[in-house]
Amino acid sequence: MPAPEWLRIRRSKEGGKSDAALWSKCPDCGDVLYRPELAENAYVCPKCDHHFRMSAYDRISTIVDGDFVEIGNDVLPGDPLEWVDRKTYPNKMQADREKSGLSEAVVCGFGTIANFDVALGVMDFHFRGGTMGTVVGERLALLFEAARQKKVPCIVFTASGGARMEEGMLALMQMAKTTATVTRFVEDGNFFVTVLTDPTTGGVSASFGFQADVIVAESKAMIGFAGRRVIEQTIRQKLPDQFQTAEFLLEKGHIDMVVGRRDLKATLVRLLEYAAGGRRESEKRA
Amino acid sequence: MNVIVEREKGLLELEKRIAELRTANESQPVDMAPEISALEQKYQEILRDVFGSLTPWEKVNMARHPGRPTSLDYIGRLDRFDELHGDRHFRDDHAVVGGFALLHGRPVVVIGQQRGRDTKENLRRNFGMVTPEGYRKVNRLAKLASHLGLPIVTFVDTKGADPGISSEEHAQSEAIARCLYEFTIARVPIVATIVGEGGSGGALALAIADTVIMLEHSVYSVASPEGCAAILWGDSTKAEEAASRLKLTAQDLERFGIVDEVVPEPLGGAHRDSSGSVTRVLAAIDAALGRLKALGPQKLVEERYRKYRRLGVWQTERREPIETSS
Repeated sequence: MPAPEWLRIRRSKEGGKSDAALWSKCPDCGDVLYRPELAENAYVCPKCDHHFRMSAYDRISTIVDGDFVEIGNDVLPGDPLEWVDRKTYPNKMQADREKSGLSEAVVCGFGTIANFDVALGVMDFHFRGGTMGTVVGERLALLFEAARQKKVPCIVFTASGGARMEEGMLALMQMAKTTATVTRFVEDGNFFVTVLTDPTTGGVSASFGFQADVIVAESKAMIGFAGRRVIEQTIRQKLPDQFQTAEFLLEKGHIDMVVGRRDLKATLVRLLEYAAGGRRESEKRA
Repeated sequence: MNVIVEREKGLLELEKRIAELRTANESQPVDMAPEISALEQKYQEILRDVFGSLTPWEKVNMARHPGRPTSLDYIGRLDRFDELHGDRHFRDDHAVVGGFALLHGRPVVVIGQQRGRDTKENLRRNFGMVTPEGYRKVNRLAKLASHLGLPIVTFVDTKGADPGISSEEHAQSEAIARCLYEFTIARVPIVATIVGEGGSGGALALAIADTVIMLEHSVYSVASPEGCAAILWGDSTKAEEAASRLKLTAQDLERFGIVDEVVPEPLGGAHRDSSGSVTRVLAAIDAALGRLKALGPQKLVEERYRKYRRLGVWQTERREPIETSS
């Protein structure tokens, strides 16, 4: 299938690829992988099934059929705290923009999956560690509001180190803002799914990440509230390897299912089919 | 080491000296009143000098002062309090205290995070760090309040949610996420007061409110300064520097529209006049509840939605701010 127009446009923005970018080394099995082949395989190591972190647009291209209409991409970051440490906050973001080809840590929009119209939000760890600041919160809020208007299901892929320090309390307040729009969306009887990908922690897991009707996690993703280092420092001992993995959370009963990336789209389609079979809260009242 | 406690040491000496002179003066023929008055004047000068204007890091220490009034000091001054316990699943978390109460005669559901006032109590209360069981108790009480149509009054005082193994095993994220959800849709007035330290999502779980009040020297932050320094610079000892950048003071947060009202503290901090401080805070809460009473359930939820929906600072592609919190 040829790449859709929006994706070609986005990819052309990525800039010149060096030879090094043609190869990726699998952090699990050490195999050196040819990048175009890795992309064909949804960024899953063909040898050991390691799931590489995906860029937002690559993710969208593996999920939606055809067109993707982006919203909120004109909402761009400010610098409310006028933050400076080794670099200024705007300079940090400039570097992330160049590295990731993204204007912020989430891409939101509308597309179709197997004939279902859906709202899709995809976070990207390559921009400020997927942290949630004002722009991530605002774009997601716009997405939930638009999805509620259109009465379509909403799927959000999370990947985040939590709230963004450089925006201080305004970043923390995005937990409240996203929650506000989620409550309206869900209370109206719309279907909300989150797909927790590696890693999902802090302010994202403790807000919309765990507010969904169905919570799916990608294989081996690291998911938790506190970061591993924080816990290890608190208890002064090393944590077992399995701790805070998707599989661990499944066993503890925190999430609905763990799904490998190559089965993810088919799983989402089945979930959308079930949800479409019911009657909405608003229709029941009518 | 608490920098405020350290600074108070010299002042305490001076206080003792003045008290001694006063006692001595009563049983002495020579009048020492002028000396005493001079010392008192000096004492006031030093007090103003040391505490007249506090840096963000000093405020962090003030918020953590061992003598600062805690949630139970406020709850203890309500007309009546009947504690309700437990999460109905697993455990009663003592880092959260909640129940029915009468505030100036008004029935409310009160919920507070409680740190210990000494080592023994700190162990029992987990230093005010709430576990998922505690947040499930909060959630349950918020639902109860909404069910009965009683206002919710919260007191926030925590370094952050508990970061332990069992908290992760019991789904800390889900527990906090649920609190945010319930507070957002609760059909009753909510007034939250940050009485000490408001640490991250663990504090926000009790602080989505129609009116958010802060004491003058309380702090409220996206992460504890130590946590922020560890996250950004891999060095938690740079907490003072983090505190200076995070804009975590009541004055900063009022400017951002995150805090609605700041209650003044006596010179030197709330603990220098605990009783008066508690009185002022309870009066501010009562006044806020009085104002919110006029709004019906639907209007309350609607206004709360608008308040949080607009928080943030960003730009459009044209580089014009399209929305600010002011």
